[in-house]
Formats: sequence, structure tokens, C-alpha cells
Amino acid sequence: MNIQTTIAGVTFQNPVMTASGTFGSGMEYSELMDINRLGAVVTKGVSNVPWPGNPTPRVAEVHGGMLNAIGLQNPGVELFLQRDIPFLKKFDTKIIVNVCGRTVEDYVEVVERLGEEPAISMLEINVSCPNVKEGAIAFGQRAEVLFGITQELKRHAKQPIIMKLSPNVTDIGEMAKAAEAGGADAISLINTIMGMKIDIRRRKFALANKTGGLSGPAIKPVAVRMVYQAAQAVKIPIIGMGGIATGDDAIEFILAGASAVGIGAMNFADPRTAEFVLDGIEFYMRRYGVENLSDLVGAVEG
Amino acid sequence: MTGTGTYKRRKGDVMMKKRVLAEVTINKEIAPGIFDLWMEPTQGLEEINPGQFIGVYLRNENLLLPRPLSICEVNADRSALRLVYRRAGEGTHELSRRKPKDGLGYVPILGPLGNGFPLEKGEGKRALIIGGGIGIPPLVELSKRLKADRQIVLGYQNGQTAGFLQKDLEQFGDVHVATEDGSIGVCGNVMDLIRKENLQADIIYACGPMPMLKAVKEFAGERGIPAYISLEEHMACGVGVCLGCVVKTREVHPHTNVHNARICTDGPVFEAGEVEI
Repeated sequence: MNIQTTIAGVTFQNPVMTASGTFGSGMEYSELMDINRLGAVVTKGVSNVPWPGNPTPRVAEVHGGMLNAIGLQNPGVELFLQRDIPFLKKFDTKIIVNVCGRTVEDYVEVVERLGEEPAISMLEINVSCPNVKEGAIAFGQRAEVLFGITQELKRHAKQPIIMKLSPNVTDIGEMAKAAEAGGADAISLINTIMGMKIDIRRRKFALANKTGGLSGPAIKPVAVRMVYQAAQAVKIPIIGMGGIATGDDAIEFILAGASAVGIGAMNFADPRTAEFVLDGIEFYMRRYGVENLSDLVGAVEG
Repeated sequence: MTGTGTYKRRKGDVMMKKRVLAEVTINKEIAPGIFDLWMEPTQGLEEINPGQFIGVYLRNENLLLPRPLSICEVNADRSALRLVYRRAGEGTHELSRRKPKDGLGYVPILGPLGNGFPLEKGEGKRALIIGGGIGIPPLVELSKRLKADRQIVLGYQNGQTAGFLQKDLEQFGDVHVATEDGSIGVCGNVMDLIRKENLQADIIYACGPMPMLKAVKEFAGERGIPAYISLEEHMACGVGVCLGCVVKTREVHPHTNVHNARICTDGPVFEAGEVEI
């Protein structure tokens, strides 16, 4: 049984990755689960300088999921390279670094700096965070802007780049095509869906930012649909994510067209979720006599 | 749970913390909406410091996130934990309905989490231990373990809830009570009581609502007394990953590299002067 998956020439031992922002750089969860079992760790977004993020409350629980408006708080690329990358290098897993910025120049600066670190296998470009005012989603909601930034970053990137797409668009296929046309090596989707919660007792917004990104099992059907639509639109590989809690959930994304999957909010519900998802994928493959994981990618019929 | 054993642990750091199962042995309402729960973890826990908390996971899978609940008390061999919590939302409502041997199985918990109150700083000193409302529970283990001259000040909103955990705390020090409606003890809040009774201290330990902690910070600042305050914020992971529960800090924090510390892992107890609240 071969559970490996290859994306843009990088071979991962299995298709189970973490979704950016739900796993930090692995330090905390390394005490609670086995990082060596992951196909890749996808780090929290890293910017050129430290970002303080949004005011609190930044998180709220909702039915079957959660809202967050962290605002991409991160220590900046220098401390990240000094501290987090040496930590991650100790494990048998691939490293994918998520990159965020306010301007194209910010992104370029981080992409170039990360290019100097050979331990990083790929870069995931966050053009879809709904919680910061400048940059991020501003680049991910208009096809021509997405095309432009993809093309620009591709010129500067040493590693293959994954464009992480927002679900907060009218036509995901058009956005996927724009990323592909700009030279993206892969796409990942979905980022969180913009939502809101109101505390009716206090008559206040649950989040200081008013709006936040919805994640967790509540968004899974939307994510599966968008992965399928993106897969119909482009030939580049897709990393699918959105509410994955079990191996069966992961298989759904793979059948819809994903070559790998990301585990996000469910890490918070149980830090071993990614390991259970991997077990579940293997179980499914044995039960249905699937020799190669790649045989399942996009194999939904009808 | 699951695990096919296909992969073996190969390298990197060892797993240190555990998500373990615990059995509810006692769970009773001790004041309106306030519950007193004892649970026995099926596996031993690490050393527990007063002021630490645990994440409690629920059976209702639509409620994904662990509830961060402070540890009220722990027995001598750490085989049983006491949580005193307020029924505030759906999650704590579910927890409040759990009964010993209710056939619903074990409660998954994660912890102990965070850093507790620094006991060594108070040793041999006059310590003022201040609790407000549902911030009172962690003061039980603190008062039990703190080798100091212990003055304990408890603030309650009204006569209905007033007095919960008062008897437990009376074993460990002089207890002074204030209620907002004046039904028991001094009429007013804990700071009114401290000023009125002119309580003196070399060090303060406090847990309670934010307005109370702000007043404690100001009071301690004016007198140049160190104050260790336990903060609360909405959390997702409880272990320092999600960056949901931050507090602004006076200095750049070495982990976050910005003026933010994570309440769950860098706290929940902070020296009042270090945080901007």
C-alpha cells in the first residue's frame, strides 16, 4: 500500500498535513502527538516583521466549529528562522511555511528570506485571511490581483509555491485558474469562511474584530464542494482542508480532487486528530483494496 | 484509542503532556449555578501548581473546544481533582449534568495547563489572597500550599451565591467577606473591604473578574507590593498554539516577539506590573 503523495515534485510520506494557524510551529503539540507521523507541518503565517494581531476576544465557539480573528500575530521571519525551523528540522516530516504580508513587497521579502533555508520544502501564500485589513484577503478576492501577486512571487521564490485560496468569493474555479495562470505550483483551500457571532445577553459582538473566520466541521460540505470545483478548473495539485475530523472526511476531499489534506480546528478538539485521520485513511485503503493513494485523487464518479 | 502502529516514533521530542480520561465522582450544586466536581483521572497527572487549569472536553461533538477550568484542589497523591465552576453556557451546562456512574463514560481532560501562582515568592510573608466570584476556586489549593501569613478576602455579588468555598478557605487563613448587596460581610467589593479593614500585605495573590484585577493592580502599584493575578480569556487550544487568549504586556514577550503573552501558557498568572489590563 502506497500512501505517499507528490506535489510539485515534493514527495510527502503521507497526505496528512496541518492547516496553517492551528499548529503553530509544532512546539506545543509535539508534547501531545507524534509530529513524525505527519506528511508535513504547515506553519502559522510568517511576515517580514513581528505582527501583534487583533484585540481580544479573538476566538468564539459556534455550533460545530469556531470563529477566529487572531489577525496573524506572529514573531516575524527572523525569529521564526532562528527558533522554529531548527525545532521542526528534528522531525521526520516536511516543512511548509505559510507567508503573509500587507503589500506585495512584504510577501517578496519573506519569500526571498525563506528561500535561503533548504529545510523548507514549499511555501504557502496566505492571500485569504479574512481578519486583517490590509493585504491578505485583499489579494485573494479578485482574480487579476491574485494572478499578479502569484506571478510576482513565483519570480522570487526558490521553493514551489502554494496559493491558499479564500472561500469568500463568487467563483472559486476562476480564482483557482488565476493562481494556476500566475504560475502557482499548487493551491490549498479553503481558508476560513467569514462569519459573525453576537452575544445576545450582553448585546455585543463575540469577537473584538466583529467578524471572524469560521472553521471546524461546520464548514466541511462547503470545503468539499469548493475543492471539487477547483479540481475541475485546474491541473495543478490541490491541498484540501475545512473541518476534517476523521479519515473518512479526508477521503471525501481526496475523492473530490485533493492530493493532500490539512487538519485545522480539530487539532484544538483533540491534538491527535491528524494521527487518527492518517489511521483512518489507511483503514479505508485496506478495506477497499486501494493500492495507491493517488488512485483516489479526484476519483469521485458521476 | 486508535492507532494502527504502521509508523513508529522516530525522532524529535518526546510527548510529555497527555489528554487523559477522568471519572466524575462528585458533582453537586453548592450555590445557584455553582458546581463542585471531583474527578479521578485514569492515569496519573504531572505535579500540579495552584492556579493551573485543565481543559475539559465535552460529549457533545458540536462543542469542539475544551473548557478551561481552574483546578480548585487536588488530593495528596494527585489521584483526584476538584473543579468548582459556574454553569455559564452550553458546555458547562452539559458538565453540570454529569453524575457519578451515569453510564456516559469518562470525561477527557488535558492538563495541568499553564503556570500557577509562585508559592516561593510569598514564603514567610504577609500574603493577601483575594478572590472574586468564580475566581475564588483556585485560591483553595493556593491557600493550602502557601507557607505564609494568609489573609483571605472573598468577594461575592449577592447573598444567593455568597459563601461558596468560604468554609474550605477558613481552614487555611483568616477569611474576610464582602458582598455587593451587603447581605453578608462588608457591603461593597473586595477593595472596599481591604481599605475599610486596613489589611496589610507584602504580597498579593488574586483571581477574579477583570475590574477587580484592575483595582488590585492599581492598589499594589500604589503601595509597591508585588501582585500575582490570574487572568482569563476566551481560548481555543489551551496550550499556546492558537494565540486566541493573549494579554498585552509591558515588554516585548520573548516567545511572541510582540507586546503580547499567551494567557494559557505564559500565564494564566502574571505579575500585575507585567501586563496591561
